Amino acid sequence: MIGSDSLRRVLYVNLSNKSFRIADRCDLFEKYIGGAGVAIRLLNEECPQGADPYGPDNPIVFAVGPLNGLYPLASKTVAMFKSPHTGNLGESHAGGRSAISIRMAGYGAIVIKGAAERPCYISITNNMVYFRDASTLWGMGKSETAGKVIRANEPSSGLRTIMRIGIAGERMIPYSCVTTETYRHFGRLGLGAVFGSKKLKAVVVSGKRSLPVIDRQEYEKHYELIFNKATESPVMKKYHEIGTPVNVIPLNESGSLPTKNLLSARFEQAASISGENIARQCLGKRLACSHCPVACIHIAALRESYEDEPYFYKTSMIGYDYELIYSCGSLLGGSDVSGLLELLDSIEAYGLDCMSAGVVLAWATEAFINGLISEKETDGLFFEWGNYQVYLKAIRNIVEQPNDFYRALAKGVDHASSVYGGQEYALAFGGNEMPGYHTGPAAHIGYLAGARHSHLDSGSYSIDKKIMVNKDITPEKVALDIIAEERWRQILTSLVICFFARELYSTEVIIEALRLSGFDLDEAALKKIGEDTHTEKFRFKVREGFSFDTLRIPQRIYQTPSGAGMIDEQFVKTAMECVKKEIMSKVGG
Amino acid sequence: MRLEVIDADKCVGCQCCMFACTRIHKDAGLSKSCISVKSAGGMQHGFLLTVCRACVDPPCARACPEDALVLRKGGGVLLKPERCTGCGSCVKACILGAVFWDEDNNKPLICWHCGFCAKHCPYNVIGLNKNPSAGGEKK
Repeated sequence: MIGSDSLRRVLYVNLSNKSFRIADRCDLFEKYIGGAGVAIRLLNEECPQGADPYGPDNPIVFAVGPLNGLYPLASKTVAMFKSPHTGNLGESHAGGRSAISIRMAGYGAIVIKGAAERPCYISITNNMVYFRDASTLWGMGKSETAGKVIRANEPSSGLRTIMRIGIAGERMIPYSCVTTETYRHFGRLGLGAVFGSKKLKAVVVSGKRSLPVIDRQEYEKHYELIFNKATESPVMKKYHEIGTPVNVIPLNESGSLPTKNLLSARFEQAASISGENIARQCLGKRLACSHCPVACIHIAALRESYEDEPYFYKTSMIGYDYELIYSCGSLLGGSDVSGLLELLDSIEAYGLDCMSAGVVLAWATEAFINGLISEKETDGLFFEWGNYQVYLKAIRNIVEQPNDFYRALAKGVDHASSVYGGQEYALAFGGNEMPGYHTGPAAHIGYLAGARHSHLDSGSYSIDKKIMVNKDITPEKVALDIIAEERWRQILTSLVICFFARELYSTEVIIEALRLSGFDLDEAALKKIGEDTHTEKFRFKVREGFSFDTLRIPQRIYQTPSGAGMIDEQFVKTAMECVKKEIMSKVGG
Repeated sequence: MRLEVIDADKCVGCQCCMFACTRIHKDAGLSKSCISVKSAGGMQHGFLLTVCRACVDPPCARACPEDALVLRKGGGVLLKPERCTGCGSCVKACILGAVFWDEDNNKPLICWHCGFCAKHCPYNVIGLNKNPSAGGEKK
């Protein structure tokens, strides 16, 4: 890396004694690039074996990479921590302005440890960390209100990120999220609860600075190449126009859209919750992450009237994405767009992971219909598919927890089903609630095999497309393809670019971009780093008690036809044996 | 030639213009940007754009005690860096906040109205008006 690049600087913050220090960690960045590659090493260094995820020893690591701030679509920050939701590796990515702000503040990574005595937020700028009292913000109804107050109290508007939690995080609900710039999230695996356990309401990071490059003219040329590709690419146009919800209709048509807790993978009312229809009815605005010309963030404008006050209206601006439409739409059998948006708005206000929350509500609905739970447990709520008025109240109950049932729901679907039954349709993999793709066996193998049990680990739903046309593909090949993709993605998340740009950032483009920022790495070297980073994640997982042998597979996935037909249990098991063999042979021990 | 905001309501907040401005100043990052894009109190409310209006009688130039800001043909000013002492009077004089600051050199950053930022705005939020006296600025 270039000697003067501030990427090498790691900021260590201790909330317990309100101290901080800055260390030169070029050792890590030179070897592992940045982002996920550096974050997993920092997590391994900082998180003691067996640490309580809610304890002061659990570190929060934010890391960015050399391409952030230099090239378009390098817009993501990687967060790592020990997950309170799974008790194991916690990793979540977000855009907004987080990555650019951390890079522009002059850091490659930020490590936050300890716990504050009383609610606080921290503001990181100009080589300083300010510890601010947040007692007044604690318990505020909407996470957005706290954001407003912080915006008014901190400088550098336009050059900062405000990463914050809502009440769900304060109450340490293990699937609560961290929200950045109102509409982007470190959504999965409970970073919000880790913030809450540290009484950390928000992290503000700001700055503007110069970044060095090897050759100015060549940098400019390479920048233009990437920028032009991004703005001219039809894929990017697709994400800009309809956004990720463009996938609702094709997934439904192929029989891959999880519906009513995966009792089906086709939703009769899919057209009404399609990206096209929501855009037609109420698309109000499109937004972008910093340094991304694509602007895939879609915001609906929902006009609501006050029942008791004629001529009083409010217009709420509500973010929506494919995963949210899946988890709180089709999976709940909901087709009423207004109801769906109200539910998303409520989940956003509390600061819950919308995907986990939707899956939890879907399990509860089926368990209620099956008689595993009754109105006694639900506190009088009558769960039924598509009833958003009930779901709105249920979400409030998950946060307020009036009884044991809602306390169980607040711990996720694995836990709730272990208490009340219905495990065969409790849709979670490795403790993390299911993403929105029932495309075939590869999707589920990907959730099981992935280091963070996310569809983004390997994007394996796209491998199912190959299975749809070639039925002879072997489980071993599927397993090895999934692992190869996940290993390559460790490079993308070390740079750190958005996965939507993965085709734009071909190996050649990455090698040149890295060269101009002082990293001389060829394809083989990159692949080695990707593999090592992937293995390092599994070393952490195994150290914290992960085993492929105890992964629970919800039987429901074998009972509902997928986009690639009925999923053969033996196929999944054979593939998982292969995954285990390949990964554990690298992990050793 | 004058850089103008054509339609701020179309701004998605990507800030590609700010990165472009820094690059045309032969740098990378955000340190040299003469344009600012910030949310209007939360992204749900859209964005506020600050660009130099290329005033015909620029207050920044009048405020400069060293005559370091000279009138530019077509409006606005050009910086004579050798005359500038870094006093910051020009920044205070611009009520738009369109005079930015170069921390590395302790001098103001003045928009040249070159249009490089507009070339990198995918949504035509900003653009170069080749004949500003004929109008065209909407907001």
